[in-house]
Amino acid sequence: MTRDSSVDMRTRMQEFLPKLVLAPSFALVLLFVYGFIAFTIYLSFTDSRMLPSYGLEGWENYSKLFRIREWETAVTNLAIFASLYIVICTLIGLLLAIFLDQKIRGEGVLRPIFLYPMALSFIVTGTAWKWFLDPGIGIENTMHLWGWESFEFGWIKDRDMAIYTIVIAAVWQTSGFVMAMFLAGLRGIDNEILKAAQMDGASNFQLYRRIIIPLLRPAFLSAFVILSHLAIKSYDLVIALTGGGPGNATAVPATFMYSYTFTRNQMGIGAASAVIMLMTIAAIMVPYLYAELREKK
Amino acid sequence: MSVATQDNAASVGRVGRTFVYLTLLLFALFYLLPFFIMVVNSVKPLSEITGGNMMALPQEWTIAPWLSAWSTAQIGVEPTGLRPYFWNSIRMVVPAVVICTIIGALNGYVLTKWRFRGDTIIFGLMLFSCFIPFQIVLIPMARILGILEIAGTTTGLVLVHVVYGIGFATLYFRNYYAAFPTELVRAAQIDGAGFFQIFYRILLPSSGPITVVCVIWLFTNIWNDFLFGASFASGDAAPMTVALNNLVSSSTGVKEYNVHFAGAILAALPTLLVYIVAGRFFVRGLMAGSVKG
Repeated sequence: MTRDSSVDMRTRMQEFLPKLVLAPSFALVLLFVYGFIAFTIYLSFTDSRMLPSYGLEGWENYSKLFRIREWETAVTNLAIFASLYIVICTLIGLLLAIFLDQKIRGEGVLRPIFLYPMALSFIVTGTAWKWFLDPGIGIENTMHLWGWESFEFGWIKDRDMAIYTIVIAAVWQTSGFVMAMFLAGLRGIDNEILKAAQMDGASNFQLYRRIIIPLLRPAFLSAFVILSHLAIKSYDLVIALTGGGPGNATAVPATFMYSYTFTRNQMGIGAASAVIMLMTIAAIMVPYLYAELREKK
Repeated sequence: MSVATQDNAASVGRVGRTFVYLTLLLFALFYLLPFFIMVVNSVKPLSEITGGNMMALPQEWTIAPWLSAWSTAQIGVEPTGLRPYFWNSIRMVVPAVVICTIIGALNGYVLTKWRFRGDTIIFGLMLFSCFIPFQIVLIPMARILGILEIAGTTTGLVLVHVVYGIGFATLYFRNYYAAFPTELVRAAQIDGAGFFQIFYRILLPSSGPITVVCVIWLFTNIWNDFLFGASFASGDAAPMTVALNNLVSSSTGVKEYNVHFAGAILAALPTLLVYIVAGRFFVRGLMAGSVKG
């Protein structure tokens, strides 16, 4: 009798224990992620300035937000930056992966070189590119010293062009990572399919265009999701490379949120901009994660 | 793939192959150039940078910029160099990585070997938390840190990084343990082994590779973080990235480019070292973080 009940206790403990182990993390995530999201959403409907305040004022912050010039600049910049960044990274990544997959001698040396920027902080990348692109001491000066007197490259100081320098530095940092994703995809393709196609007389170009690239669909999707979420979150690189300038020519939503919340004491508007950033990322990530989790079942 | 590519290679021909090699080398140059420039200019006296060519090797080699960046350069108002901030980062990264990895391993174990109703939803919620823009949590986090009286401290940053690192750590271990034979766990259970016993004796001994992957991922991410450091610890407790940014963007005095470059390399060194020593695991972490589920 006593033995039975102790066994019973033990099994019940065993059933309870896993949930107990998981509980603290789940509680942390609930509070620090979802609770905080709820709090920020709430703040975005209040008249918070320097400190959170709880006087609700409806959609006021959102309608103000969309009338602010700097927000318009930030959103336009993000659109330019994100689309160029995603497209260029994908193209370079795909090109490098396909080229590296041609039984290249020295692949083991080249691959790490393509990928190492990913290990660096965006602040380091920004510092390096800031001086590299600086007309006074960087590439422009070098070209002049090498005798190409008419060479001009002052984008980083140019209000209209500065956003493109951020694209350059960001592509430098992450295109190698995209290459690695495509390379893994290429190496995972079934040999038999390719052999069959070659026997049917498909040329190399046709092989890639008709068979290999369509088979890389999952890699394209992953690259798109990762790159777009990185683009929306990018903050460090902008701060280190241009500081959002000249003026606020390279402001993006992430820098906008920070400056309105912490330096301009417009916390309500800052919160509203953060909510919009979250919604944009959620619109991309939620369907993707949902599909991934369902597939596993 | 290998057989097919060999055939491809043969048919692409000489010109094609030269083109492929040339393109690859050109890109290698593109990736290496900025780092080369940083290194070369960090060992030049300032006069050679402002008056000379950034591509040129130094005429006069000097390690003064490195010494200055490390121990005497002006960061904010104090001429402390980056040294104290380097240690701040170490004190922040080590506990955060250790705590996160342990929690992640246990979570992964529960989510794969002790499944229960609703576990996928819990995991989904954790997974999504990896991808939120952190701007959405900055305001409440600042308040919580204030209430706990750890605002502006390294302890505060450890807490922040643990909370937002759990998602990825759990993801890694869950995916890894999912492939681990559940029969072994069940057999041990029948033999009377308990929850923790099974974890220590059966899963942990074979968790080496994924632990390395997870540690490297967390180390790189937390070391390189700027947003949280700048938001919650901008003074004496600032991490390396924030201090570097202060050094580089300080507007007073002459811009000492060579010191900035030396400082940037110092900030990059730990993660770069990890990459050189364990690059294979770094790449695995990146891939596992991008191909989810």
